Amino acid sequence: MLIAVILALAVGTYAFRLAGVVLRERADLPDWLARLLPIAAATMLAALAATAALTEGGAFAGIARPAGVLVGLALAVRRAPFVLVVIAAAGTTAVLRLFGVA
Amino acid sequence: MRTVDRTTDRALLRDIGALSVAIIAVGASFGAIALAAGLPVWAVLAMSTVLYAGGAQFMAVGLVAAGNPLAAVLAGLLLNARHLPFGLTLGDTLGSGWRSRILGAHLMTDETTAFALAQPEGAARRRAYWLAGVLLFLAWNAGTVLGVLLGGFAGDPNRLGLDAAFPAGLLALLLPVLRDPDTRRVAVVGALAAVLLTPVLPAGLPVLVALGGLGVLALPRRKPVRPC
Repeated sequence: MLIAVILALAVGTYAFRLAGVVLRERADLPDWLARLLPIAAATMLAALAATAALTEGGAFAGIARPAGVLVGLALAVRRAPFVLVVIAAAGTTAVLRLFGVA
Repeated sequence: MRTVDRTTDRALLRDIGALSVAIIAVGASFGAIALAAGLPVWAVLAMSTVLYAGGAQFMAVGLVAAGNPLAAVLAGLLLNARHLPFGLTLGDTLGSGWRSRILGAHLMTDETTAFALAQPEGAARRRAYWLAGVLLFLAWNAGTVLGVLLGGFAGDPNRLGLDAAFPAGLLALLLPVLRDPDTRRVAVVGALAAVLLTPVLPAGLPVLVALGGLGVLALPRRKPVRPC
């Protein structure tokens, strides 16, 4: 049973991953669609980041995590190095939790 | 040219390295949690190598442990459907031969896609995709092995604030693309819709619904304000 679950998930996920790449090569996409695709990908990644920053299991994630993400975002907007963005975001959240802020 | 390439490579490696450290820690927590949920070691390792999709892996462990294997498959596939549009966007970023497509597709994740799209199209983007793809895959699997070995000692990555590190990293990678006004408008509307719908939709769907933000482009543009 377990092996069937893992295989079904693996095959299905891989099919999604490969299908997009192959479709792009095979089909001659109209210009308007080719122009929209990078915007669509950025939008999905932004939506992932926003939901990951603000929600946990369908509910509000609490204060500590969004606060850390906000600090990271502020640094990124000021063109701080990526490493600093990631460390500052994690550090802020970790310190807030240390002081009991959820 | 050489030195320029080397410096960008070094900067890229440093950035990917920073995220790899976080991914090792989260991979370790996956290994420990999956083992504690009663999964055999082979299944834990197989998930990280063959499935290689963090969100779906955590979800599957929870649903399998709750005795709902069919839901684990359906929910996991819904969560991973976003890879199709990612692949459409990346296209020949992976390479033009079949070998690079077949291998490269397996390395596709949110972070790999974000690292690639942050680079200008062409050789730089391909390099970023493969560097991030290979290193993050190794990091996730090394983390999983570590978690299996450490068990309960792997610790909770949320205590280190790593749950804030991933969205912050994604946003930082997206910023250059978001400087384009059209992309920014669509992304803000899409992200807002996804957040608002997260409490009522199954996981994975809000991110796809965010694509509805593209409708913003059909709205009439605001006239540029003339300075007087």
